[in-house]
Amino acid sequence: MSSTPDTWRPSDRELERQAVRRSQRRRSILISTTATVLVFGALVLGTVTSPGWPNVKATFFSWDDAQAAFPAIWHAFWRYNVVLFMVGEVLILILAMLVALVRQTKAAALLPLRIIAVVYTDLFRGIPTILLVFMLAFGMPALQLQGVTNSLFFWGLTALVLSYGAYVAEVLRSGIESIHPSQLASADALGLSRFQAMRYVVVPQGVRRVVPPLLNDFISLQKDTALVGAAGLFDALFAARDYANFNFNFTPYVVVALYFIVLTIPLARLTDYLQHRAMERERQGAR
Amino acid sequence: MSSDAPLLEVTDLRKCYGDKVVLHDVGLTVHPHDVICLIGSSGSGKSTLLRCLNLLEDVDDGVIRFEGREISDPRVDRREVRSRMGMVFQAYNLFPHLTVLDNCTLAPRRVHGVPKAEAEQRAHDLLARFGLADQADKHPDRMSGGQQQRAALVRALCTQPTLLLLDEITAALDPELVGEVLTIVRDLAEQGTTMILATHEMGFAREVATTVCFLDEGRILEHGVPAEIFSSPREDRTRQFLARVLG
Repeated sequence: MSSTPDTWRPSDRELERQAVRRSQRRRSILISTTATVLVFGALVLGTVTSPGWPNVKATFFSWDDAQAAFPAIWHAFWRYNVVLFMVGEVLILILAMLVALVRQTKAAALLPLRIIAVVYTDLFRGIPTILLVFMLAFGMPALQLQGVTNSLFFWGLTALVLSYGAYVAEVLRSGIESIHPSQLASADALGLSRFQAMRYVVVPQGVRRVVPPLLNDFISLQKDTALVGAAGLFDALFAARDYANFNFNFTPYVVVALYFIVLTIPLARLTDYLQHRAMERERQGAR
Repeated sequence: MSSDAPLLEVTDLRKCYGDKVVLHDVGLTVHPHDVICLIGSSGSGKSTLLRCLNLLEDVDDGVIRFEGREISDPRVDRREVRSRMGMVFQAYNLFPHLTVLDNCTLAPRRVHGVPKAEAEQRAHDLLARFGLADQADKHPDRMSGGQQQRAALVRALCTQPTLLLLDEITAALDPELVGEVLTIVRDLAEQGTTMILATHEMGFAREVATTVCFLDEGRILEHGVPAEIFSSPREDRTRQFLARVLG
């Protein structure tokens, strides 16, 4: 019965209200702009007027040095850091999901696996990542095992995967455990097996809930790829250090920092967008 | 209907979601001690109307006056308005991480600044009145639906609101539990609590309401005392609806 034509014209009161809302919006934009300009202006001014600024500018923000160091850093960055975390993230997700799932199992026969999972997370979360990198990158080749690679890249990657796998396993587990038992009950009621219930009902919801902390860990991993440089891999940070030591100029460090930042921001925005979209699709009243 | 100044007055209310108009020219006057029942099929706008009254939704036109003041003005402090309006939802919406008692004392303590002991005393009294004395220290998830909804009612009442909005509060309950919740609402009505409730319980509406409003496609098509609406509805749509739900 949508036959009645809609002849609505906003009332005077509504027009007035819209004007008030507009002016409220203008006011809040004005306030936010002013506050932003003031705060950042003060920060920049404070830095630039500090007594040592000319010196700092020459050693950290030299355009010539940035240009000179750029190609070597660019090359090392793509060759090692990016490959390390791209491969690492996939392996970490697989390892962490396995560990998290093992910890959720109830079967009696799987107790040894559960023990391994618990010991693994406790142990590898506790060891500083840089120590793990050193132990594997220097220790494994030193064992002189037949048929085992001495590749610094390989052992560096393994150290990162083991370390971050433990963190991410705990993040995933907390996501899985946050799903209300009623979801498992209704999956059971539909006749799904325990594994199917996890695979199709619990894990998809749990993972979505922990996307922000997962992203946190991955950004952290991206930065920690530089730790492999500490063990001698010629990654972006090593390339920068090489240039800095040779030319007594620290600008390359700033360049490396920018690389890492430029890499993380699009990823952060992308996950924000995906989260937001999922929220809007599934939830009423989400804004 | 009493002759006092109206507690709530709605005129020409309009609400759209995108191009879809969900409320057209809705007018409603509520005096103190009135019990207004909103009836109508799903999607007729009952819930949206309640959400607009509690300022959970911005209206697109029209005026809402509460206690003599226009609350549809964007400059109004929404929290201040809501602190005098109670709302209960279909899905209870209790906070699962808090015990029933803490659910009930949260707003009195944090919003109204009631001292802890006093807030807890008030909550205990109300819980006891609604047969929940022994549930105070439980978490909502451990209780039945009826108990949860009664707890949600207590939570809304603990802030001593002047107007209570109930959004299909028995719709998620099984028939056996509907009664225990409706008994409480009936008691509240008899004590003179001013309420607006969206409901599918026609028997209850007929018995308790001072005014029944029939909503259809976002309009209040017809309103009046229950006897009139249920026995001799003016509109065909109302008659069809009642024939369908009363069977």
